[in-house]
Amino acid sequence: MIDFALGHYAYWFTMILMVIGLYGMMFKKNLIKKVVSLAVFQSAIILFFVAVASKWNATVPVKSDLLPVEQVSNYLNPLPHTLMLTAIVVGVATLGVAFTFLIAIYNRYRTLDEQELIDKLN
Amino acid sequence: MESHYPALIALTYVVSTVLITLFAFWKERLAYVFAVFGSGVASVLSVLAFLNYLTDGSLRYFFGGWTPPIGIEFVYDGLSGFFLLVINIVAFVVLVYTKKPTNKELPSKTVPYYALVMLMMVGFNGIILTGDLFNLYVFLEISSLSSYALISIGNKKASYAAFRYLIIGTVGGTLYLFGVGFLYTVTGTLNLIDMSTLLPTLVESRAVFTALVLMVVGIGIKAAVFPMHGWLPEAYSNAASGTTALIAPIGTKVAAYVLFRIFFYLFGIEIADTIVPITYIIGALAAIGILYGSIMAIGQTDLKRMLAYSSVSQIGYIILGLSMANPWGFAGALLHVLNHAVMKASLFMVSGNLMYKTGNTDITKFNDSYRKKYPITMASFTIAAISMVGLPPLAGFFSKWYLVLGTVENSNWIFLAVILVSSLLNAVYFFRIIEKVYMKNSIAGQKIADESPRDEAPGSMIWPLAILAVSLFVIGLFNAVIVGFLMNLFPI
Repeated sequence: MIDFALGHYAYWFTMILMVIGLYGMMFKKNLIKKVVSLAVFQSAIILFFVAVASKWNATVPVKSDLLPVEQVSNYLNPLPHTLMLTAIVVGVATLGVAFTFLIAIYNRYRTLDEQELIDKLN
Repeated sequence: MESHYPALIALTYVVSTVLITLFAFWKERLAYVFAVFGSGVASVLSVLAFLNYLTDGSLRYFFGGWTPPIGIEFVYDGLSGFFLLVINIVAFVVLVYTKKPTNKELPSKTVPYYALVMLMMVGFNGIILTGDLFNLYVFLEISSLSSYALISIGNKKASYAAFRYLIIGTVGGTLYLFGVGFLYTVTGTLNLIDMSTLLPTLVESRAVFTALVLMVVGIGIKAAVFPMHGWLPEAYSNAASGTTALIAPIGTKVAAYVLFRIFFYLFGIEIADTIVPITYIIGALAAIGILYGSIMAIGQTDLKRMLAYSSVSQIGYIILGLSMANPWGFAGALLHVLNHAVMKASLFMVSGNLMYKTGNTDITKFNDSYRKKYPITMASFTIAAISMVGLPPLAGFFSKWYLVLGTVENSNWIFLAVILVSSLLNAVYFFRIIEKVYMKNSIAGQKIADESPRDEAPGSMIWPLAILAVSLFVIGLFNAVIVGFLMNLFPI
């Protein structure tokens, strides 16, 4: 049991991070905090992919004479990391759009508190 | 030429996006021209590709010549061909319509508006065509980000509605990505066809179980399946008329397409059912969603909001057909994708016309003078509404008929009752408007209908609406041909 917990600590960590993000999005009243929680939530998934692809005693997938290509276990799989570059870009774009909305909301209503905003809208 | 169709369809929209952003700031009218031309070319290409599919079968397009599973591919098969036809043609007709309402509701914002619309169509076409799970995520986010921005340019509540949609939608997209991560760790591939050959051996794996659940929840949020529909009514009812008429018919359908792809082509519905009893769960959710959406729609006093809740209920039909996992339900659900796209587009165009002419879409203000002032708009509304309720020979009847056949095939009488009850509820919320407009002299007993002069919306708003309304008859007449094609797509 302890082995299971310790052996998967990276996954426990990403799960906790994900739940923190979800909690923030649901229960924080400030809209900026919601966006920050969204970023935390996305980072959890990114870290999950990075943790999946990490490997001890292996190197970057560049062919070298010292390491024969046949020994696949000597090389890292670069694909999950590459995918996450794209996912990070998507995340940045999402945050950009979210902050644009927040600027628009603040300029119009002079508040970023969700409850105040809902009161002003109705 | 033939082998390049899959890439060309998506590329047409990319080129239009670039052309609009580069040249339309110089002359604002060009934005509309480029957008209509781009979607027109894409519609023609999807028709040509579909004809090519009927004679030569499916196409696989390998980007850069890298064969999968190493490279990314676009796959044009029957299911994607059908969806491409639906979304591109409906988008073309709606884009022709958007000229006047966009100029009126979003003055001086038409250039970014059309650029975003084209970018959104890139995303939708990419989702439908791609054969790679991560690529699908990227296209999903392209389409979602552009639709958040589109929804935010509307009335005063729109930016908050768009912000909520952004938060909920991004959670959905990210959960889908999480599911893809699990699948990648157990199979080592992202290619749909490659993965579908590997998954049947991994039925026992808990990672596959988690992946399936995460992907269904993630895409379910984008498709607004019942408990995850919270963003939809706000987003649709506060956006500009042109935006809603464009996103409502095709946006959630594309997410439903991803569910079809995952269930029937990636996992195979029987294997998915052995992993987790997913068809029971989504079937039950869809049934609750159908009733919930219809009941909420009855309570609305704003036409756009009513139609938005009706969308929640209609997406339930599609998911219900999917959950039946038999050819009747499958064909019924896909036919309902087509029907609902046409019906919702025409209904939201009607609300756009009324918005254009009267400045509001409040149902309580509807009266019998509308039938004289807006004869074609109201006639189209009536046709689309009767089709939504499901009376023959209109298109809506036939998709419900095949869904009913599906429930009978499964001996699932509860779902049968849900479909019938919801048709009655549809009748309640549509006929109250038809009654107000056609049946009585509403204002204190005086006859005002005959004195009202004709005050119809401009031609560019009427023709697309009339064409879609008439096409409901055509789809109804040729439903046997369409369903015959769709039944063949059911993978055994």
